[in-house]
Amino acid sequence: MSLIATRDLTLYHDDLKVLEGVNFSIQRGEIVTIVGPNGSGKSSLVRALIGAMTPANGSVTRAPGLRIGYVPQKLQIDSTLPLTVARFLNLPQRQSRAAIKEALTQAGVPDLAQRQMAGLSGGQFQRVLLARALLAKPDILILDEATQGLDQPGEAAFYRLIADLRERLDLAIVMVSHDLHVVMAASDRVLCLNGHVCCEGAPEIVADAPEYRALFGSGTQGALALYRHEHDHGHSHDHPHDHSPH
Amino acid sequence: MFDDFILRAALAGLGVALAAAPLGCFVVWRRMAYFGDATSHAALLGVALALATDLPTFAGVLIVALVMALIVSGLSERKVSTDALLGVLAHAALAVGLVAVSLLPNQRNDLSAYLFGEILAVTGADLLVIWAGALVVGGLLIWRWQALLTATLNPDLAVAAGGNPRREQLILTLALAITVAVALKVVGALLIAAMLIIPAAAARPLARTPETMAALAILVGAVSALGGLGASFTFDTPTGPSIVTLAALLFALSAAFGNDRLRH
Repeated sequence: MSLIATRDLTLYHDDLKVLEGVNFSIQRGEIVTIVGPNGSGKSSLVRALIGAMTPANGSVTRAPGLRIGYVPQKLQIDSTLPLTVARFLNLPQRQSRAAIKEALTQAGVPDLAQRQMAGLSGGQFQRVLLARALLAKPDILILDEATQGLDQPGEAAFYRLIADLRERLDLAIVMVSHDLHVVMAASDRVLCLNGHVCCEGAPEIVADAPEYRALFGSGTQGALALYRHEHDHGHSHDHPHDHSPH
Repeated sequence: MFDDFILRAALAGLGVALAAAPLGCFVVWRRMAYFGDATSHAALLGVALALATDLPTFAGVLIVALVMALIVSGLSERKVSTDALLGVLAHAALAVGLVAVSLLPNQRNDLSAYLFGEILAVTGADLLVIWAGALVVGGLLIWRWQALLTATLNPDLAVAAGGNPRREQLILTLALAITVAVALKVVGALLIAAMLIIPAAAARPLARTPETMAALAILVGAVSALGGLGASFTFDTPTGPSIVTLAALLFALSAAFGNDRLRH
């Protein structure tokens, strides 16, 4: 049974249709990446999945008792609000000291509990957000462009962490991204949006889809070639690429 | 050496500080300063309503403040540019309220009592209303504290965890209307917003968590209320403005000497 499923989902934002006719579902243990250009409805879909946006048409079904760990695109903490990391992790539910320590350790930042949120670096901040999401003991993690503001090594490390968490905690994961390099390689399935679902499927299938290429052009081919090279040696290449042979 | 009316004034000031200071923290965190202005200025309209209908002043002010708070709250949800609109509402409420009060026949048109409060004229019954209101506001904030903080950080985070940010916004709106109604007699319509914002702002540089900030804000509010009362006797100055002046002084001290290292 799927953890979250949408049927014929249509969403409006301020009288403007942002997404139409989306059928989507995700199972336990799956990593699904949502890609698409700016304004394609990625964040709207995610907000509908967590229940923050009401469907204009169609439906969103969540498994009964589903626990969602949500990592927002950005979280601006007003400078007038004093907040230690430990206090932040106690929202909305109070947590034991041990649980907080464990979540911070899982997120790779074990020593930050007493720091002020405002004093964290971008990467530390994202990992603390992830730790907070993990404290909900989620069945599914939903990350909305969670690596914005990280440099590429930071981003790669963050996604390795996500993949690792999936393995250890048997989570389902939905990630939103508009940069494709690292994300697609780590996904089981890719959903390409542009106001509707343009194409969907395994990363290499989506990467070959004409709809996808029309949206993203050939600029990403290098990265995808890298992906194929690492993961799919038997794939027949129908385009030139520039990596050196082993 | 304490006359009864001074004791009542002191208790009234403490009651207002108890409600206004922690609520003021949310006003500051959520950047709702204009929200506080508009709601407290609407108190004058509430006074006019009460005078015209023989309602108790507290009831008239509570009703109008609640209506105004709901309007402002609805506007701020609609993500249109509301800054100028809120300014218009805040000042229009004040002006229309003043005009309405002075148009009513056969009334003691002592406007300055409504504008600046008359804490020295607080009666035993007033005191009861003030403390009942303060305890309701305090109770609401304590009951919803975790949910209010989560919704303040990010509404989507609250939703994802099964919360309802709209309900929390409504609770703050209700608490604000009650606070305005109980604070009118003590500091007056013009300075209620000051009792919301200044203690919270003074507490900020000294706090590492939301709870310590709220507690320190209550302390600043209480010290200002009692000290302002004393100062107004010593220097023969108006009481409400004296209380706010002292709060502003404490803010300046805290801003100047607050430990910067606490922030990180």
